[in-house]
Amino acid sequence: MIKVKINGQEQSWDGDPDLPLLWFLRDEAGLTGTKFGCGQALCGACTVIVDKEAVRSCITSINDVAGREVTTIEGLHPNGDHPVQKAWRQVNVPQCGFCQAGQIMQAAALLMDNPKPSHDQIREAMSGNICRCGCYQRIENAVHLASTGV
Amino acid sequence: MNFIDNPGKLRGFEKNIRVEKVSRRSILKGLGITGGFVLAAPVMSRQAFAYETGAGKMPHGVVIDPRVFVAVAPDGTVTILAHRAEMGTGVRTSLPLIVAEEMEADWARVKVEQAHGDEVKFGNQDTDGSRSTRHYLIPMRQIGASARTMLEQAAAKRWGVPATEVKAVNHEVVHGASGRKLGFGELAADAAKESVPSIEGLKLKDPKDFRYLGKGQVGIVDLHDITTGKARYGADVRLPGMKYAVIARPPVTGGKLVKFDPDAALKVPGVEKVMQVRGWPWPSKFQPLGGVAVIARNTGAAIKGRDALKLTWDDGANGKYDSVAYRKELEEASRKPGLVVRQEGDAEAALKGADKVLVGEYYLPHLAHVSMEPPVAVADVKGDKAEIWAPVQSPGGTREDVAKTLGIPEGNVTVNVTLLGGGFGRKSKCDFALEAALLSKELGAPVKVQWTREDDVRHDFLHTVSVERIEAGLDKSGKVIAWRHRSVAPSIASTFAAGEKHEAPFELGMGLVDMPFEIANISCENPEAAAFTRIGWFRSVSNIPRAFAVQSMVGEIAHATGRDQKETLLALIGSPRIVKPAVKDMWNYGEPFDSYPIDTARLRKVVELVAEKGEWGRQVPKGHGLGIAVHRSFVSYIATIVEVAVDDKGKLTVPRVDTAIDCGTYVNPERIASQIEGAAIMGLSVAKYGEITFKDGKVEQKNFDDFQVVRIDESPTVTNVHIVPPGPDTPPSGVGEPGVPPFAPALMNAIFAATGKRIRSLPLGKQLEA
Repeated sequence: MIKVKINGQEQSWDGDPDLPLLWFLRDEAGLTGTKFGCGQALCGACTVIVDKEAVRSCITSINDVAGREVTTIEGLHPNGDHPVQKAWRQVNVPQCGFCQAGQIMQAAALLMDNPKPSHDQIREAMSGNICRCGCYQRIENAVHLASTGV
Repeated sequence: MNFIDNPGKLRGFEKNIRVEKVSRRSILKGLGITGGFVLAAPVMSRQAFAYETGAGKMPHGVVIDPRVFVAVAPDGTVTILAHRAEMGTGVRTSLPLIVAEEMEADWARVKVEQAHGDEVKFGNQDTDGSRSTRHYLIPMRQIGASARTMLEQAAAKRWGVPATEVKAVNHEVVHGASGRKLGFGELAADAAKESVPSIEGLKLKDPKDFRYLGKGQVGIVDLHDITTGKARYGADVRLPGMKYAVIARPPVTGGKLVKFDPDAALKVPGVEKVMQVRGWPWPSKFQPLGGVAVIARNTGAAIKGRDALKLTWDDGANGKYDSVAYRKELEEASRKPGLVVRQEGDAEAALKGADKVLVGEYYLPHLAHVSMEPPVAVADVKGDKAEIWAPVQSPGGTREDVAKTLGIPEGNVTVNVTLLGGGFGRKSKCDFALEAALLSKELGAPVKVQWTREDDVRHDFLHTVSVERIEAGLDKSGKVIAWRHRSVAPSIASTFAAGEKHEAPFELGMGLVDMPFEIANISCENPEAAAFTRIGWFRSVSNIPRAFAVQSMVGEIAHATGRDQKETLLALIGSPRIVKPAVKDMWNYGEPFDSYPIDTARLRKVVELVAEKGEWGRQVPKGHGLGIAVHRSFVSYIATIVEVAVDDKGKLTVPRVDTAIDCGTYVNPERIASQIEGAAIMGLSVAKYGEITFKDGKVEQKNFDDFQVVRIDESPTVTNVHIVPPGPDTPPSGVGEPGVPPFAPALMNAIFAATGKRIRSLPLGKQLEA
């Protein structure tokens, strides 16, 4: 039996320990905010925060996070008012919106690590997250805004 | 904002109006609302378009009926239906916003509901072709104005005053003389008893009184849900008892399953069943390819199970498709005469007599859509009834195809439209929903079919592959006197019928035969090209290779004549005029030429605007270059300037992009900017990386590692969008697609300016590193 804390709640799993965390979150725990985009850690749509680090849940097995604390987009802030979320809305970042949960989680992890990133640091830290609609200019601006106070 | 409100310009469109006698019950059911604003009398008479569009000629035309699109609840909540699919353009906000504007509803008290697929009830629902705003601006205003009029009439009756003395203002109706006011909610029940006013009697708002339209200050309705993970896309649908499926499909288009061994797959924890999926012979429009499905308790188990399948395929006739060999075929075909699709003057003779002839062969490979959300659908088939939840651009078409595939009446099929995690034309084809329907029927349980990214890349309806060959004949003064353009590319028509070897009128009309330059001798030709895989619409469609070729050739002419790119471009566009190419059955994005002519004054204007705002001719550092391109598509006019920087290792960056767009009258400039910013990214992806290749009939790429798209660290440092203010008589035109085509040629012209290297073959790849 694998136990993991997701958004502050204890969850357990007694199935395949190799099951990617992504599919546990989406299909077993019903937390569909975390998205499937590539399955190979190439696009970042599935990004969640494990302890204080951004990870790609599509290549992280449920066993890898046993005993650890996972935060998904649903658990980032109780009212959805994390500075990154607020900045995202202020800048009107999303087009289709599908990649945005992963982008937001990546940005939140970046700001935990580096509260005042430069534009180049933002670009580097966010480069693992693909947006096919091409919202990059706004993503960069929103992360900058979140880091300077929304 | 300017709208045409001049009734003198009305054109007859009566035959296209549809009045559906929808029962009260079905309206209530459709809107999921109890009580409220539901009307009895269907009194629609004619569709009073102030300008003509092609909306009425779309399947099922246009429905202008407030009873279908609007409901007012007793608590004042106004519910407006969005009948088009949201894939990132903002249409799910923009169309209801138009209704709210005309209706004087307070946007804060408006709830948007997504319409299910029912074109008889809602009119055409195909969300493609950059059409939604251009076809629905006036109908949505009329729907809003009808609702407003009924609320005003109800208030006037309540107070016993003439309707002319009352006015709806911000969610209430006001009697100015007495100062009395009644909220929309208080009037809902009475308004429901009013008859629907005739369209020609409707008084539309004066644009100067607009609160929302043209302002760009309303965020998209899904903004909060998207940022909190609550927004529901196709894959987010969960039903009780739902099974999860992935499918192994034939690796070659038209291939067949010979045998399969499910044993190892069935041993994977969580896998419940392995079953065959029916496939259709190629081409079969959007019917599934067939294959073997693995059914499991979650998607991860299904994928692992699929990996364990032992499969033997017969590749069939397309097993020899090879991109390297096929490119040679296309190039050879482009060097020989083909079907003449536009002819003015005598291009052959003029080329022979020219002082100089420039020849460019421009190659664009197949492209995959790779929307961030791979295809996915949920189906629940019970007996002769089917319910689908899917991110589809064409819910009406999906409903038809599900009914046909299952052999049940269309009325028994419900198609619920989720948010689309990107579409770009891929989700106009509902094959993934048909797969889910077939599996659910067989399983007797609800099922979700999830495509992996590998499935998406390998089994897409790809953008066509093409060679565009242009010969430009110049006289001694450098003036272009002859233009011969041969376009060779397998047609989208090949996905619908076997043996199609010529491009369809709608493909020829995307930058080939509508080429707007003022040249005396023009020949456009379309040599044959056979298809060996599924070809489909990709955002901007044939405009991508055409703009790349035509606008690159402009850069080549500028260089050959020692002139400025922009001046060369304006000289080729020529005098301000309406271009009327000598083309039979000329296609104009489905729009009448009267409302949407090829207007070189507007084409010139976007060039001049982008040159001014984008500081054309500015000094740039060493290793940088500026390039410009313009293209009319989806009846909009777009010009782009790209500044590129190429370092000594051939690595490219894009410090600045400027784009000017003339899309006529517009609704939401903020979303126009986001579409154009995104188009620069997609344009850069096409130019830099976009390439799907085939070997032995199989796609050689699989995921974002070998089919790359642009990431944030290589995106333009800044993209500026400049929107042309509409003239008083300018109908709305496309926004979603037209931003993409000018990007690649502007970039290639910039690269030439920076390095002296002319790139005629996309993608750029490592060509600058050589």
